[in-house]
Amino acid sequence: MKIHEYQAKQIFARYGVPIPRGYPALTAAEAETAAKKLGDETGSPVVVVKAQIHAGGRGKGGGVKVAKGGAAEARALAEKMLGMQLVTHQTGPEGQKVRRLYVEQGLDIARELYLGAVIDRDRRRVAFMASTEGGVEIEKVAAETPDKILTVHVDPAVGLSGYQSRELAFGLGLGKKETLASFVKLTTTLYEAFVREDCSLCEVNPLVVTRAGDVVALDAKINLDDSAEFRHPEWRALEDKDEEDPVELEAKAAGLNYVSLDGNVGCLVNGAGLAMATMDIIKHFGGGHGVAPANFLDVGGGANQEQVTKAFKMILRSPKVKAIFVNIFGGIMKCDVIANGVVAAARELGLKVPLVVRLEGTNVELGRKILNESGLAIQAASTMADGAQKVVAAVSKGGAR
Amino acid sequence: MSVLVGKDTRVVVQGITGSAGGFHAKQMLEYGTAVVAGVTPGRGGERFEGRVPVFDTVAQSVRETGANASCIFVPPPGAADAILEAFDSGVALVICITEGIPVTDMLKVRRVLEGLGGKSRLIGPNCPGIITPGPPGTGCKIGIMPGHIHKAGHVGVVSRSGTLTYEAVGQLTARGIGQSTCIGIGGDPVGGMDFVDVLQLFQSDPDTHGVILIGEIGGGAEERAARFIHEKMNKPVAAFIAGTTAPPGKRMGHAGAIIAGGKGTAAEKIRALEASGAKVAPTPSDMAATLAQMMGAK
Repeated sequence: MKIHEYQAKQIFARYGVPIPRGYPALTAAEAETAAKKLGDETGSPVVVVKAQIHAGGRGKGGGVKVAKGGAAEARALAEKMLGMQLVTHQTGPEGQKVRRLYVEQGLDIARELYLGAVIDRDRRRVAFMASTEGGVEIEKVAAETPDKILTVHVDPAVGLSGYQSRELAFGLGLGKKETLASFVKLTTTLYEAFVREDCSLCEVNPLVVTRAGDVVALDAKINLDDSAEFRHPEWRALEDKDEEDPVELEAKAAGLNYVSLDGNVGCLVNGAGLAMATMDIIKHFGGGHGVAPANFLDVGGGANQEQVTKAFKMILRSPKVKAIFVNIFGGIMKCDVIANGVVAAARELGLKVPLVVRLEGTNVELGRKILNESGLAIQAASTMADGAQKVVAAVSKGGAR
Repeated sequence: MSVLVGKDTRVVVQGITGSAGGFHAKQMLEYGTAVVAGVTPGRGGERFEGRVPVFDTVAQSVRETGANASCIFVPPPGAADAILEAFDSGVALVICITEGIPVTDMLKVRRVLEGLGGKSRLIGPNCPGIITPGPPGTGCKIGIMPGHIHKAGHVGVVSRSGTLTYEAVGQLTARGIGQSTCIGIGGDPVGGMDFVDVLQLFQSDPDTHGVILIGEIGGGAEERAARFIHEKMNKPVAAFIAGTTAPPGKRMGHAGAIIAGGKGTAAEKIRALEASGAKVAPTPSDMAATLAQMMGAK
C-alpha cells in the first residue's frame, strides 16, 4: 500500500526523524493559510508547494514549486497545481490528477543525499542504502554508478547497529561530530519506524544537509506491507481511494487480486503464477495481432461462487474487453464452483464477447457439464495453448469485421 | 526414491481444527500420508476425524507421536510463531502453507532458521507444499495440491507458484511421465528453501532424472539457480519464467512478484537460465514437452 509524502512525514515525525515544518492543504485557501503560518513560525516567507500523488518524479513534472514571495504566491501556485494532471515517469502518459497539496518551509540546502530502506529479498534482510547522489532517480544511479551506493544489511535480532550507521555517514561525508550524531540518530529511528510500521519501503530522496548543518528528510516515501494490514487498523485512514484504480479497489474489497492492463482479452485464472503465465501466453500468440491481456485476475485458491461471479462481472463490464479467457487448474479450487460463477454472471449481464474456457483439475467433469448445459456460447479449450490460440483468433476475427 | 518426504515421513498438522487445516489434513490422510498428530493450542486431548490425536503444543506432538514434519495452516497473525514453535520442537521439515505473513515476521523466522545449522528446513510460506507421488505406503503428500494429478516417476518439479506447478505436473502425467518429488517453494519475498537448495537435492537423488523449474519475476533466485545448474548439475533442467508481460512496479498477486528498479525481469532470468544449459519453455503449455525433448535427447 502506498501513502502520500505528508502522511509518511507524519510517521517520521512520530518517531523523531527530522522533517521540515509543513501542512497539508486541499484547497488554494488552505495553502495560503499554511504558507502564512509557516512564515510566522520560521521567520522566512519561502515555502514549497508540493503536489501529493502516489508517484515519484513529481518535481520534474511540475508538481513541486517554490514560492519565494510568501502566502499570496503560494496560493497562486496552489490554484494552478490543484486539478492538474501531473505526469511523471511513474504515472503513465495520462498522469494523475492532483487533489492534495503539502506546503512546506523552504530550506537553505547545502547537500542533497539519498537514504532508503528496503527488503533485500536475496539477502533476506532489511537493507539500508545511501548515496551522495541525492535528488535524482536512484534506479539510474544504481544502473550507471553502482559504486556510489553504500549498503548495509540489518540483522533483525540486533537491529541497525551504530557502526553500520557510521559506515554510511562516513561514506556520505557526514563524518564531522555534529552531523555524525544526528545521522546515526536519524537512521536508527528510521529503522525503528520501518519495522514497527511494517514498511516494505522507506525512502528519503533527498535527505538534505542544510547550510546550518542539520540533516533533514526533505522528501519521504513509504510503502506499507499489505500483509501486515491486520495489525494496523490505523492504515484505513491513510488510504486515498482517488489514487487507486476503481476496479482494483472493487476487486480488493471482494478478496480478489486484480491489476488493470492495456490489452483486450479479459482473463480469469486461479493462482498468481498461472495468472501471470496466462497473460504471457496470450501475448505470445497474440502479440503480432494486437491481442494482449486486459487484466491480471487471480481468483485465488479458496474463492467461493459469489467471488467468482463478482470477478467475472468485472471483466464483462470492462468496455475494452473483446474476448474472455477463463483458465483454471483446479486444486483446492473446484471447477464446478468456477463454472457456476461464470454462468451466473453471464446470465445476469449477458455475454456479448467470445468466451474461451479451459478447465482442468478437481471436479472438472462436473464443471464442463455445467458449462455445456448453460446454453452459453462457450468455446472449450483442451490446453492453455489451445485456449490462448482460440481467444486470439476470436479477437482477430472481431477486429476484421 | 525421492527427496525430503517419503514413506518414513510422519506429519503433524498445525492448525488442524481450522477449516483449511482440517480439510487438507483429511485430503492428506486420504492420499495415504501418515498424519500422526494435530496441534491447536487449547484443544489438546481431542481427536481429529476420530483418529488423529490433537495436542496443545508441537513439542508434545513430537514427543508422543514421533512427528518429523509439520504442515502449517495457522492464519497470518500466528503463522510465524507456529513456524518458530516447530523449529524449537526439532521438527526436521516445516512446510508453511499460510499466505499473507508480514515480511517483518518472516525476516525474524529466517534469522532463526539460519541459526539452526540445518537442523530444520523450511518450505514456504505461501506455497502448495511438497509431494512424493505414490500409493499409500510409498507416497507422501504434505500440502494442498490435488493428489490425483500426480504419478510416481523420475522428474523433480520445483516452483514458486502453486497452480503453475499443477499445470506442469498435469502436462507430465498426461505424457505418462511421473514425478519423483514436487516442491512448491512459495511466492513470498522472504521464505525458506530456495531453488538452489532444492536443485542440490534433485542433483544428488539417483531417482530424479530431470527437473522442471518454474520461476517468476522479482528477486534473483532464478539467476542463482542458473549459476548452480551451470556449475553443479548434469541432469536436464527445463524451466519456465512467469511474468514476461507483467508491468514493472505492480504486485502480481504474489508479494514477491514485483519488478523493482528494472531488476528481476523475466528477460534477465530467461537469459541466465538459457546460458546455464537449461532450456526455457517458450510458453507455459510447453514445460513438459521441453523437458521430454531434453531427456529424449540424452
